Amino acid sequence: MIYEVTVAGKLHRVELQKSGEQWRCKLDGVDLPVDAVSTREGVLSILIAGKSYEVKQESTASESNIVVGGVRVPVQVRDPRALRSRRRGESGTDGPKKIVAPMPGKVVRILTPVGMAVEQGQGVIVIEAMKMQNELKSPKKGTVRRLNIAEGAAVEAGQTLAEVE
Amino acid sequence: MFKKVLIANRGEIAVRIIRACREMGIASVAVFSDVDRAALHVSHADEAYPIGPAAARESYLSIPKIIDVAQRSGADAIHPGYGFLSENARFAHACQEAGIKFIGPPAAAMELMGSKTRARQAMQVAGVPFVPGSSRGLSLVEAERMAGKIGYPVMIKAAAGGGGKGMRLVRSATELPSSFETAKSEALRSFNDDEVYLEKYIQNPRHIEIQVLADEHGNAVYLGERECSVQRRHQKVIEEAPSAIVDQDLRARMGAVAVQAAKSSGYANAGTVEFLVDSERNFYFLEMNTRLQVEHPVTEAVTGVDLVHLQLRIAAGEKLPFCQSDVQLRGHAIECRIYAEDPENNFFPSPGRIAKLMRPSGPGIREDSGVYEGWTVPLDYDPMLSKLVAFASDRRTAISRMRRALDEYFIGGIKSNLGLFRRILDHPDFQEARIDTGFLDRLLSSPSDDIRFEDPLEKLAAVSAALFVATLSPKPNGQNGASTGRAAMPSVWKRAARYEGVGDE
Repeated sequence: MIYEVTVAGKLHRVELQKSGEQWRCKLDGVDLPVDAVSTREGVLSILIAGKSYEVKQESTASESNIVVGGVRVPVQVRDPRALRSRRRGESGTDGPKKIVAPMPGKVVRILTPVGMAVEQGQGVIVIEAMKMQNELKSPKKGTVRRLNIAEGAAVEAGQTLAEVE
Repeated sequence: MFKKVLIANRGEIAVRIIRACREMGIASVAVFSDVDRAALHVSHADEAYPIGPAAARESYLSIPKIIDVAQRSGADAIHPGYGFLSENARFAHACQEAGIKFIGPPAAAMELMGSKTRARQAMQVAGVPFVPGSSRGLSLVEAERMAGKIGYPVMIKAAAGGGGKGMRLVRSATELPSSFETAKSEALRSFNDDEVYLEKYIQNPRHIEIQVLADEHGNAVYLGERECSVQRRHQKVIEEAPSAIVDQDLRARMGAVAVQAAKSSGYANAGTVEFLVDSERNFYFLEMNTRLQVEHPVTEAVTGVDLVHLQLRIAAGEKLPFCQSDVQLRGHAIECRIYAEDPENNFFPSPGRIAKLMRPSGPGIREDSGVYEGWTVPLDYDPMLSKLVAFASDRRTAISRMRRALDEYFIGGIKSNLGLFRRILDHPDFQEARIDTGFLDRLLSSPSDDIRFEDPLEKLAAVSAALFVATLSPKPNGQNGASTGRAAMPSVWKRAARYEGVGDE
């Protein structure tokens, strides 16, 4: 199996092959002996050259991270062979990217209308919940292709609010 | 002693009180709103009754509903916890009228301390030192005159205030009129009372408070101090006991003043006298909190007493079982308030389902939690999840112990402020106890070190992200395209089952 993994903006190619209890692993073309067991759902114990790591998978409505001790590393995984994954186009900076509501709330302002060019990190939508306002930012440089909501709309966590391409 | 106690609260403090009841052989009664049916305090209690919709006003703040449940369940006392009705004198009255003991001070003492201006007047009479300013509500003209007299900067405060609402810092005369009006309208909105007063602003003070305990027979003691200077928007974030700057002499002086404040207001049960301490270690009365504090565990750790046990015994009419000279402080304790909020996104609340919860344990660690894995944190209440306390022989060891516990701690599915504590604990100023109430704001406004992932960590993250996908059981919609199936690591699941069987805690 081959995966394309983006770690903190940098693309890596990970090849995994099951061999008995162990995984044969190649990272960016280089062999990397990895001993991995799942201790409970979403948690791996990983040994690399004798060093022990407890690795946690964290996914919220808007992002996914790998957590090691106190360090949180944003990751995106793509299986290049999986068509669906490619079509979803959520990894990397290619293709359309969604802006997802991180929590339930109300849309108080739309900062960029459809068709407007935006920079990565530029505010697109302001939502309010528990009396706090939160600016949702563009995940990439591009153009606002779609807005699924209007000002004043109530939104659910995980709801796709806009797309930037 | 009481036979049955109703806990008029929710979350970790309700669980904390239920535990004390269980230890003392007292039956416990929980109340819950519609969104709290599956909450931890309901499962822990001996009895539990619904009290209405999620909105606190119609459930946890409804005096008639809570009194009704107490009567129907045959509870002979009510513990209010903190927040909600804990400092509501009308509630204390209502309990009394219903023939149910309110576990807290007499209503009169609550009323006195509940009004910041009346409390100031009473403390003035009792000779307690306080920050220069007015002891009654002011008009704008009076405020301008007073500010001119004591000198800028000044603080405008709501008389009925608390939690940082209705407070404004004014640095010059030109700012006063607009700040005065904002404070007044904020006070009106938050407390239904627009009385505001004015105090001299103490630059970079420390917030240090004294725990007092008084019985109903005129005995009162102090149980040392808590340093609560690490605050954000007047909300405490980290507390510790003892304070690094309080020595025996200062402790005795502050303690005597706190006991004096309690006695002069006819106080009984547990209470806290808050002080501002300036850079010359002068201390000023700030206010008295007429309830059990969130941060009471750090005092319990260094004094060895159980404050909730003592609250129950005092309310049942017992005398204090020890005197001042019996109170000895030992070691150092630190508490972190763990919230469902995102420090990287302006502390935006992050309610939702706790998909994964891995808790620290081991030497010197106590956790008072109100949540569990799989629980959905409702968005209707304060987003505090838990309080993590580390105790050790000295401050330095307590910090490294807390640091270790935070590394063991993992909350998945929602955002939490765990990362913020690591940042604070690693800061040299915190480690050297150079803290004041502006410390955290300064830390947050300084550019955070851009986290550079070291090479091994980046590799590790890449490989493990792929492994998670490879071992994931395929979702019906084929998400992520994992094709290896659920049996990818058969022995592992056996292992996981065994691990789970051993149980966490």
